[in-house]
Formats: sequence, C-alpha cells, structure tokens
Amino acid sequence: MIKAILIFNNHGKPRLIRFYQYFAEDMQQQIIRETFHLVSKRDDNVCNFLEGGSLIGGSDYKLIYRHYATLYFVFCVDSSESELGILDLIQVFVETLDKCFENVCELDLIFHMDKVHYILQEVVMGGMVLETNMNEIVAQVELQNRMEKSEGGLSAAPARAVSAVKNMNLPEMPRNINIGDINIKVPSLSPF
Amino acid sequence: MSDVVEKTLSALPGLFDNVTQTGAAKITSGLKQLIRSITELTSKHEEEKLMKQELSAMKEQVSSPNTSMKQMREVMVRAMYCEMLGYDASFTYIHAIKLAQQGSVLEKRVGYLAVSLFLTEGHELLLLLVNTVLKDLQSTNLIEVCMALTVVAQVFPKDMIPAVLPLVEDKLSHPKEIIRRKAVLALYKFYLIAPNQVQHIHAKFRKALCDKDPGVMTSSLHIYLQLIRESPDGYKDLTGSFVAIMKQVVGGKLPMDFYYHNVPAPWLQIQLLRILSLLGREDQSTSEQMYEVLDESLRRAEMNHNITYAILYECVKAIYTIHPKAELLEKAARCIGNFVLSPKINLKYLGLKALTYVVQHDAKLALQHQMTIIECLDHSDFTIKRETLELLFRITNAQNVTVIVEKMLDFLRGCGDEHTVIHLVGKVAELAEKFAPDNSWFIQTMSDVFSIGGDSLQQDVPNNFLRLLAEGSECKEEDDELRLFAVDSYLTVLKGDASHLPQHFLQVMSWVLGEYSHLQECVDQREVIRLLAKLLDQRSVSSETRVWILSALTKISEGQTDLILELAESLSSSQDTVLRQQAQELRHLSRDSQLQECVLPRGAPWDSMEVDSSLSFLDGFVSEALAAGAAPYKPPHQRQEELSEERALNLEPYSFSLPVSLSSCSITDRQSPPLLSVSSGLSGNSTELSQKEGSSTLILEGVRRVWGKDGYLPQKETAATAPPVDEPSIAVHPSGQQEVAERIETQPEPSTRNQDKQQLASSLFVGLGTQSSISLLGKSEAPPPRFRKKPRPHESSSSSSGTSERSSDSSSRSSRTTTDSFLYGSLLEEEPVTSTSTTTNGLSQNKHTEGDRRANTSQILGSDMVIVRPNTIQDRHPPSASSDLTALLPSEIKDLPHSDVISLTSDPSLSLASCRMFRDEALLLVIFICNCTDTVIKDVAVQLTCEELETASLRGNVVDCLEGKSTSVCHYALLMDEPHTNVSFTGTVSYQTQPGHTNTLPFSGTLSTVDFIRPLVVTTEEYGKLWLSLSHDVKQNLKLLTDAGGDPLKTTLNALKDALQLHVVDIIGSEGIVACRLLSGAPCLLHCRVNGSALAMWLRSPHPSLPDCILYHCQRALAEH
Repeated sequence: MIKAILIFNNHGKPRLIRFYQYFAEDMQQQIIRETFHLVSKRDDNVCNFLEGGSLIGGSDYKLIYRHYATLYFVFCVDSSESELGILDLIQVFVETLDKCFENVCELDLIFHMDKVHYILQEVVMGGMVLETNMNEIVAQVELQNRMEKSEGGLSAAPARAVSAVKNMNLPEMPRNINIGDINIKVPSLSPF
Repeated sequence: MSDVVEKTLSALPGLFDNVTQTGAAKITSGLKQLIRSITELTSKHEEEKLMKQELSAMKEQVSSPNTSMKQMREVMVRAMYCEMLGYDASFTYIHAIKLAQQGSVLEKRVGYLAVSLFLTEGHELLLLLVNTVLKDLQSTNLIEVCMALTVVAQVFPKDMIPAVLPLVEDKLSHPKEIIRRKAVLALYKFYLIAPNQVQHIHAKFRKALCDKDPGVMTSSLHIYLQLIRESPDGYKDLTGSFVAIMKQVVGGKLPMDFYYHNVPAPWLQIQLLRILSLLGREDQSTSEQMYEVLDESLRRAEMNHNITYAILYECVKAIYTIHPKAELLEKAARCIGNFVLSPKINLKYLGLKALTYVVQHDAKLALQHQMTIIECLDHSDFTIKRETLELLFRITNAQNVTVIVEKMLDFLRGCGDEHTVIHLVGKVAELAEKFAPDNSWFIQTMSDVFSIGGDSLQQDVPNNFLRLLAEGSECKEEDDELRLFAVDSYLTVLKGDASHLPQHFLQVMSWVLGEYSHLQECVDQREVIRLLAKLLDQRSVSSETRVWILSALTKISEGQTDLILELAESLSSSQDTVLRQQAQELRHLSRDSQLQECVLPRGAPWDSMEVDSSLSFLDGFVSEALAAGAAPYKPPHQRQEELSEERALNLEPYSFSLPVSLSSCSITDRQSPPLLSVSSGLSGNSTELSQKEGSSTLILEGVRRVWGKDGYLPQKETAATAPPVDEPSIAVHPSGQQEVAERIETQPEPSTRNQDKQQLASSLFVGLGTQSSISLLGKSEAPPPRFRKKPRPHESSSSSSGTSERSSDSSSRSSRTTTDSFLYGSLLEEEPVTSTSTTTNGLSQNKHTEGDRRANTSQILGSDMVIVRPNTIQDRHPPSASSDLTALLPSEIKDLPHSDVISLTSDPSLSLASCRMFRDEALLLVIFICNCTDTVIKDVAVQLTCEELETASLRGNVVDCLEGKSTSVCHYALLMDEPHTNVSFTGTVSYQTQPGHTNTLPFSGTLSTVDFIRPLVVTTEEYGKLWLSLSHDVKQNLKLLTDAGGDPLKTTLNALKDALQLHVVDIIGSEGIVACRLLSGAPCLLHCRVNGSALAMWLRSPHPSLPDCILYHCQRALAEH
C-alpha cells in the first residue's frame, strides 16, 4: 500500500501532501521535514530508493522518489509495492500532470493544488493504485472539468436546464476492449 | 518531457507577476494573494504572523451568512493550503462537510476533497458525512457516485460500513467499468479496516476477478493479494485462473490501451507474479502449474525499459519462492547477475536485494558476485551500502565474522540515520553472540555495539548480553574468563573519559563490575568503588543509570564501610527519592555485615533465586485489610476512569448494579472517554496493561530474592571460589582489527588495490565455497554457537528478561501474574459495602479452585451467576487414535473438557503434540513431548511465545531427563485480553541427546477466539439489564440453517452453541438471545432474529472488538455447517 505521497520543492516547501494512513498533524509535518532532509542530501546519480526511516512504518517502509527540476515527488510505500513499479507510476503521474497543465511547472502545482489532487485521486485511491494508463486518467479528469465548464456557463440558466445537466449520464470512454480476448475462467464458487 | 518541466520550472521567479496572463488563469483572488504574500516572506516568524491573519480572515468569512457557495469553495482551497503548511484550520472542517452535503457537483468535489484531506478515520465529524455519501451513492450522476466511492475508500468511519456496504456492493454490477473499479477498491478498503464486515461478499470478489473489463480484474487483484497473503491455502483453487490470466497478459491478448512502453499491463503482471509466488510457496503441485508461465514471462521480458526490470525482478523472486525447478533457477540466477552487474544504480540495488533473498537458498550465488559485492561495500550510495551489509549479514559464518562485523561497525560509525543504527547494531550483536571467535573480540565488539548504539539501542541487546554473562555455559572456567575480560576492559573504559558514553553502556558496565569485579583479584575494590562513585557525580548520567550504579556499589561494598558510608551520606540529601532510599539501604547493609551476607551472597548462582512474582505472601495482609474495611485496590487506570465518570453527566436512567464480575465491565465503560474505555473494557485489563508496561521496565530475572513470604529469605552461601587469574588487561583496540582496517583503507594504487579487494573477498566469503549448495541459514551444520544460552526455566518471566536490580514498588505490584490480576480486577470491583465478605470469599475460593478444578458441571460464583462447563466439547471431539496421550494428563486437569490431540511437529528423536483444555478462567494448552528413541533425552525445555496472549502459568516446561519411549507433559494457561479472531503461537523445544549437544525443534500452531469463549449463564431479566449497559454493538445478517423438520432458529442457535460454546438464554417466537463471555472477562450478548431467510444478529459487548471476533466465528460455523 502507498502510505503517503509528498511533493515538495528543492527548499522543502510542501506543494502537495496526501496521507493514506492516519498521522497526527504535527507528525505529518515532521514526516515531511524528515523526508525532505533524507531525500535532499542525496545526489542525483544514486538510486531512487531509501529504506528504513523510523517515521512511517518502521522497517517495512521505504521511500521511492524522483527529482524533477525544482520538485521532489516522494512516495512512501510498504513492502507490498514493487519499487520499480512505483518509480514508473511517479513518471506516469508527472506525465499526466504535464498533459493536463500543458507543460507543468511548480506554479501549476501551487495555484492548482485542488486540481492536482483530483488528478492524483484518479491515479491512487485510498493508497491503492487505481489507474496507470495516462489517457484513461486524463479522460476521467477531463470528464470532471467539462462538468465544471458546463456548470459555470449555466449558472444563470433556468433551473430546468441545470437539472438536465446534473442528471445527464456522461458517456463512458470507450476502451475498445474485445471481451472475447480475455475470457477468464474462474472455477465455480466453493460453498464457503 | 523532463526537459520541458525543467525549462518551465526554472522560469518560476519571473512568473509571479503575469500568472493571470499565462495558462494559470482562473486562480481565485484570495488564494493568489495568500500564495504571493507567502513567497515574499523571508522568515518563519513572518510566515506565522501572516498565517494567523489569514486564518482569522477565513474564520470570519466562513461564519458570515453572506458567503456564497462559490466563495466557500475558494476558502476551502485556501484552508487546504494552510493545512498543508501545517497550520490548523479545523474551523473549516464542518464547512467542508456542508459543502459536500449541499453544494452542486463542483462544490461537492471540493468539499469531498477537503474532507478526505482534513478528517481521519476516527474523527467525530465524519459521522455527518455518512448521509451525504449514502445519497451520492444512489445518485444517477456518475461523477457524484465516483466522488462518493473515492471518499469512502479514503476515509470512512468503521462502524458505519454496514450502512453503505449494500450500496457499494451494488456498484459491483454497475454498467460503467470505472464505477466497478472504484467499488472494488472501496470494498478492499473495508476489508482492510474491518475484515469481518465484508466476510459474506467474498463471492462477489470472485465475480470482480472474472469481470469482463481487465481494469476491474486488476483492481480485484489487490484484494486477492491480501487474502492470499493471509491464508494461501484457501485460494489454491484459483491458481489455474491466475496462471490463465498471466498467460493471456504475457501473450499480448490485452488491448493496446493496457500497454505501457510496449509492455502489456506491467503493474498487473507484477501483482500476478506476487500472487503466484504466495500460492506456490512450499507447494509442489501448485508450483508445477506455474512453471510454464514463469518461464514465458522471463523470456518475454526483454531488457529494454525500467518496467520490464520490475517484472523480471518479481519473476525471479517468485521462482525462488515457489517449489524449485532447476532449469528456472538457472535462468533466474543469470537474471540476478544481470541486475547486479548493471551500471544502472537502481537495478544494482534490486540485484543486491534479490541476492539477499536468494542466499538463503543458494549461497554459491553470492560467491559468483563477490567482487561486485566488495565494490558495493565502498559505494557512495548509502542505500546500496546498507543493502550490501544486509547481504553480508546473511552469509556470515564463524570464519568471516570478524571481517564482516568490522565492516558493519565501520559503516555504523559514519552513519547518521538513527533507525539504520538501531537495526544494524542489533544484527552486529546477534552475529557477535553467535560466532564470536574469542572472548576479547566478543567483549570488544559488544563495547562497540553499546557505544555506537547509544541510547536508542533496543533494550534486549544489553539484556541478552548480561544474561549471557550471568548464565554462562557448562564450563565454569570459560565463563569466569569471559567475565574477567569484561571486568578488565570496563575498568579501562571507566578510567578514561566516561561522560560521553550512552546510558545503556554505563548500566551494563556497572552491573558487570558489581557482579564480577571480585573475580579480578589484582584490582583493588576501593578503586572500583571510586570509579563507580565518580560516575554517580556526573551530570550526564540519568537517574535510572544511577540506580544501576548504586546497586552495583551495594554488591561490592563489603569491607569498605568508610567509603560507602561517605557515599551514602552524600546521597541521603538527593532529590531523587529512589536514590535516597537506596542510599539508606546501603548504609544499613554496610553496617550489618551479617545482613549483607544473607541479602547479597556473593557469587550465588543466578538461577537459584526464586521470585514470587505474584506477591502471594501479601494475600493475608490484603484480606486482613479488606476485612478491616479498607477500600479494595484499584489500578490507576480505573481510578482515573472513575474520576472522569464522576465528572460526566449520567445519561442512564438507572444505574445497574450487577452482581460480581460483570459489574466491572459494564457500566463503567459507558460514559468514559473512548480512549479509556478501550483499555479498560474490563477491569482486569487495566492491571494487565500496567503489567505489560511493567514488564518493559521491571526485570526480575537475576534479581536476588530478598523478600519472601516470611520476610527476609536467608540464602546459603555458595560463593564461587574463583581461581586467581592474572590476565593482562586488554587493550581497547586489539591490534588484529586495526590491521584489517588498515589493509582495507590504504593503498591508493589500483593494482595493489585490486589485490587488496581480492584479499578482502577471500576473507569475506571464506567458508561459503566449501559448503557448496547447502543453505547457510538454518539447514547447514554451522559450528555450534560459542555462547549458548541455557533454556530459560520460566517462560512467563522471559519478557521481563535480563538482569537488573531495579524494582520499585509500583512495578512489582503490576508484575503479579495475570491470573491474579484478573481475580483482583473482577472481584475487588464490588461495592465497598458488600465487598468485605464476597471478596475474601472469592479470593480464597479462587485460590482453592486454582489447584483443584475438577469437572464440576457448574461452579457458582458469588450470587446467582452460574457458569456452565462446556460439556458439548467432548462430544464434538470424540477421542481419537491419539487419545492414549490424554491418559498422561495430570490428574487435576484430566477431567476438563478438551479438544483432540493434534500433532505439532516431530523430528527423529522427539515428537510434539498439543491439546487444548477448556478451563473456566483460562485455556490450558497442553504440550506432549514424546521421546521416539530408545535412549534418554536430557534437558528438555519448552518455550512458548505468543504475542497476543498472556501466559498466566505454566507447568513442567523443563524436564531434566526424558526416558526412551516415554512422554512428558507441560501445560500453559493462556489468557486472551484483546480478542483476535485467530492467534498463532510459536515455540521451540530444546533438548540434548548427548551431553553438550543441544538440538532445537521449532513448532507453531493457531488458536481461535472460540477456545477462549465460555458460556455465560444469565436469566432473561439479567440479560436485559446487561444488554442496556453495553456499549459496543455490531449488526449483521447471517445464514439461517434450514434443516429438514425443526425450527430453523433453534437449529441455527444449536449449531452455534455447539461450535462456539455459547449459552442460549431464551428463545421467544422468532427471536433468540444468547450469551457468552471471553474467559472470565468481558461478556458478549447476542440477539438473533429471524428475518426472512436470514438471521439478523445483533451483538453487544463492553469490549470493542469482541463482537467482531464472535461474529466472524459465527459466520464460519454456519458456513461450515
């Protein structure tokens, strides 16, 4: 499980903080500080993994991070996650941000913290990886954004129209899945 | 891509002024203003000032009625920003919930996000969210459903899961795949926080697994990975399906959407490989099913991208985890080689990790890569170094231990990370203890461990070390030699500057000097006293250490009255009361040499001391005091709780005074703050809690027993007459080690350097080659450890291990055995008026029954509460073939209801079997040890550990001599304080077939809550009263058994009664009430009602997790029926 996702800049200023496990407020800040301290003193040519911090889960937890220009993206995960898998997940997340913000920069993260959170929600849900396909993530986020636009435009429209928009069933993104291809046979359910 | 990011990010400072013109257009003014002013600030102080202003402005804004939803949305984002920076914006929480409740989709989104960021699982405001979530789950708007599912997976109150569960379940068959996917993950989350609640929908998980959309199937793998990790045996039937999925994925059957850098669904593959490795572990037939696909997967994963390495790594791990197949192992080994030799640092790291994992199976592999490993030792990357040491730790043996430990200590000296230090230092200590080549090296290494480990060192390192010194081995001379080394080297250390030394080290040194300095004849005792007294004066020494030092001084004070009196005098005005008391004792002892002799006999063997940890000698005093009208003892927790209760409003219409033990665990619980009630769901619990705390501080083993039932315990002098040994004192750095260090660090020339590395390699990997393919851990015939621990005679005291002199009044009180505290807790809780008679009766009665518990069918406790023995159990488990073993049971427990005898483990000489016996107040775990050989086996000792259970008493776990073909019995009384659905116990039996050759045989097993549940017999009226007073409840629909004929309710209840030892109180129409309790502790009441074809079960208990556990077992029992 992913325990926390931290994004901070080269000076340790938090840009996005998301915990999937409960920590008290001051503990959270301490984790951010300590993580920054650990990560920032590492060169760019060393490996992207750090183990054995004492704050989050003790020895069962590791930090997997990537450094992009002015920002550090740090994922704190337990042993059930694959190191390289998470490393690429960070890449997917950043590429998605890049696509959504059109050349993402630190400022986008600062001023659109909420939007970054929405994107993240489509990638990781409650600590579990939900989606790793960039196009799919972008599609979901855009679906929500379209909602925003239509609502903004309709703010003065008659109530009937508003409710029509609210109740519309948004078309599902076709995934071109050939159902016949992945025909998984699961044995009949046991009585238990 | 990163170039682009870099470019844009580097333009950051200049962008502030034209933010609005660039892409970031729709920034709400407040946030923009806030961020701008924050970035302009230079000091933390200014920031705090600004944030204070900002927060108060926000407070005003949210409380104003004119604030529109849109403005509120903006405030929420600002609040998130403030919280991220660590400022408390809790006044906005309620507004976030309101926003999610009342706003349109857009506001909802912000509201939900804020809620999931601000609130945590236990937050009280979360309850207000439940209705909103319910409404949104039923919404026709997809986005609202999505948001609701997301928030449910993020943060949701555990108790409210049943409310939303049916709705989330329905979403599993939603036409949109994204909804189905989120629903699966939400259910997984539910499973993680409350497994019992989703027990009945396991079938739906299977449906999700065969969902037509691969995305949904991927999500369901999260659940299966977890389930299989918990119990691989239950899901072996799915192996075929997982292999089939894997085959299709690897074979490229997935649509292009699922490809990432031309690799089909890599994350899915990783998950599947993990699942397969769990399924195939130690299971040949299952493993055989997956060989083909693993091979294919290895072949297909061409090394071209990061993510393929991730798959390869998992593949290799899987191959080494499942039942081995030579051909695959060979390929995997080659793969590991590629990783280790890769220039990419991340892959090197994983390669080392894989090697660490693999050396357990095949030590030769490490040998192949020895030069790479040596290079990694000097790598600049901390993580790589650490991993390398981990690998070296795994391949340590008696021949290379000095080099490896030296390397580890070197690393530790330069390492600043506290966690790493604690972790590695423990390993060094372990290696030193296992493989030490000689005494001086051992003592020196341990000194390094203590000084490097500092005060964060885990307590068991010094404890183990001291126990090792104290217990010694068979050979007395060797022991004394080791002790002398210790004394000498510590004297040298203390003569230097001791002010920087960690407290643990000082404590160890003072104990050793106190205990063994008399062995060293050439050292003046006065000198030792002076050194220790000097320590006492140092400011850096903690008061705990002072106590250790003073105890040491007490031991060596004999004959040095003048120095001691002076010291005692100076301490008699100390601020610390404990010190003052000890000084007083010291003074008295030094004046009365006879007393001293009997209190602290010199050189008495440590194990001759008995500690009456139950303080039973005080029983008389207690009952006398109670008879004289004294208030019964209440543990601190309870006192505090009662205080808080008095302050709280009494919301109950009447307060019930329930008879005997139940009173303690019912009403008090109701109004107490949640935190307290958890720890004191049962009055007995509180004492046990304090006992647990006590066990970490109070170390009784090795403490001389001074006080007994009859006052002072005279002990006979068994002074060890140590042969006068004239050892030269040991230098702090043995020259040999320095040589090694020099050899490694110097020599700049490449050629000699290379040679040097070769040399290092040969010293590191010595002993690996000769053993060829024999695994190093466990299976190989490692040389017998130099320092062998004697089996501990008392399991119950093992947690309070080590040797120490600390004993304060409060902690020794808390170290009463658990049974006692249980009895105290439940019996002394009565109203003072009636207590005098019942408690004394109760006490004596319990003491009485302790030894003599025959199979009375019922036992009457106090008033009208009757406990019925579970007489059904015997019928349920008819005596089997091994029933002859039960004939060996001691007569006093022979007639108890018991389970079948299950074989635990065996080896050529011993076989172990166990049997559970159900006593009212505890579960007796009986272990039969059978000698299968014809020869005598000596020194058989059983050790049992189970973290979740309390061991109340034990018998016969040490047998000096077990005749051929005979069987010995030992039994443990186990108590369960915190209900767990299942608990596992592990243990070892050590024994000697020939003198000096100790074998150990590990065993393990599981116990379930059912073993700890006893029927609770109450009348319907009492049941009603009790029901009202209990606070924690759980509701759930269960399967109703419909056997031919018979009333389904009766059939079901009888089935439950048989399976779980419940007491059916009454059945009225379509409702039935059932009661049980956790041993003699917390009750659990069950209310069952026939509801269509289901049985609506409502459980209540003072204990928060007990209903869950019982429910779980009810479900199991009914499913198995």
